[in-house]
Amino acid sequence: MDQKTPQKIDIDWTACQGHGLCAELLPDHITLDEWGYPLVDGGSIPPRILKRARRAASDCPVLALKLTARGAPL
Amino acid sequence: MTTTTTFTDVYMSPRLLAPGGTAADLSTHELRYGPLSYGDPDTLLRTVAESGLTGRGGAAFPTYRKLVAVADASRRTGRAPVVVANGAEGEPASRKDKTLLRLSPHLVLDGLQLAARAVGAGEAHLAVEDGASYLESALAQRNDPLPVQVIRLPKRFLSGQASALAQYVSGNAPLPRHQHPPVRERGVRKAPTLVQNVETLAHLALVARYGADWFRSAGTPTQPGSTLCTLHVPGREVRVVEAPFGLPLNRLLPLEGTSAVLVGGYHGTWIPAAEAAQRTLDAGDLGAGVLAALPTDRCGVTETARVLRYLALQSAGQCGPCLNGLPRIASAFQTLATPGPQANTRQDVARWSGLVEGRGACHHPDGTVRLVRSALTTFAAELDTHARGLCTASDATPLLPIPNEAH
Ligand code: SF4
Ligand code: SF4
Repeated sequence: MDQKTPQKIDIDWTACQGHGLCAELLPDHITLDEWGYPLVDGGSIPPRILKRARRAASDCPVLALKLTARGAPL
Repeated sequence: MTTTTTFTDVYMSPRLLAPGGTAADLSTHELRYGPLSYGDPDTLLRTVAESGLTGRGGAAFPTYRKLVAVADASRRTGRAPVVVANGAEGEPASRKDKTLLRLSPHLVLDGLQLAARAVGAGEAHLAVEDGASYLESALAQRNDPLPVQVIRLPKRFLSGQASALAQYVSGNAPLPRHQHPPVRERGVRKAPTLVQNVETLAHLALVARYGADWFRSAGTPTQPGSTLCTLHVPGREVRVVEAPFGLPLNRLLPLEGTSAVLVGGYHGTWIPAAEAAQRTLDAGDLGAGVLAALPTDRCGVTETARVLRYLALQSAGQCGPCLNGLPRIASAFQTLATPGPQANTRQDVARWSGLVEGRGACHHPDGTVRLVRSALTTFAAELDTHARGLCTASDATPLLPIPNEAH
């Protein structure tokens, strides 16, 4: 996707298993709730961490974490 | 269909429901409403836009915008859309869609054909929990341009959720899916899909016949038209009525002897009776049209605990926060419903509510939390009484309908 399109983190809750890997990779943006599922700050991803965010997306064991363009239709 | 409903109270001359509670066959239907003419799709879309018709399945989304979004997705993808008339009505307290389908099936079927024409659909379905054979014989009387397949849905609260419905029509389990991309872009077998509530389609059939101004002659300028409501008044039979938006709630429900009103069903809100007396029928909180009066001798916390237990069991169990949070919230409410010490239970409920909200593939957690928060506010005094080991209710008979409730 275009480098300049603001992106945000989108979790497919039907897939996420609470592995928590994403919280380790993006500790400033993702924490885990009391059941181990990711709590994502809703803002757009700052460009400097985009690379790590992409890595979190590709490393999620069930590919539940996706980067989507902001304003994507609900 | 087994629903027994009477129509003793008339709030407007009925638009959708056949008078006298007698089902209208095709010839009665055509005599009553006149023949259906399709016109061209653009004219129809314009009329729908002018009418201000919104969805009657709960979300009150503008019908025109949904039709256009599906037609656009079809143009982009080059795939003909699928249209699904949603008669699932999984909400146990709602009977309006079942009643409409029984009394005025042809109005819904007209609307389905019109919606299909408006978006250029290549396939149409009518999804229901009950009365499938009855609807198949109604379809057999007609000469529709697009054949309609009746889909028999399992009876579950979430069967009517748009993505679950699209999955089921595609041949999969009726479970909600991640909402990106949305069903209107990629639904039944990945085709752009219009899922439209059956009452909305019935209104559409009338908008197409009589026009936007006629439609707007009922209701308010910002919320035009009428809506079907299921009314639960203690000691009376459950009724389905048609009423214009803006009608005072106390015209629909007698509020004396009532402590609170449940507006919008099990994903709705409890409001104190005094506040309900000031309110009108409003698409913003009406959900799928359920209004239930809680008599002063019943316990609203207990009723909420019953509903929450049911809602937690209806979670499709796919999403971690919903799977973990809803049962905890439900059992905490059971604690709150039992007179005695509450420790931190109310704080736990508030925290879990925050944790499930917006964190599921569907809006089940959000709707559940809406009910929870309204109960904590509306029944705050009763909760305090419970904490002191007392309960002011004198009648412990369960009130709200819960399917297959274990005692
Ligand atoms: S890494 Fe993937 S599965 Fe694990 S918590 Fe994050 S999103 Fe969920
Ligand atoms: S949010 Fe809950 S009910 Fe909705 S799909 Fe997820 S688990 Fe199922």
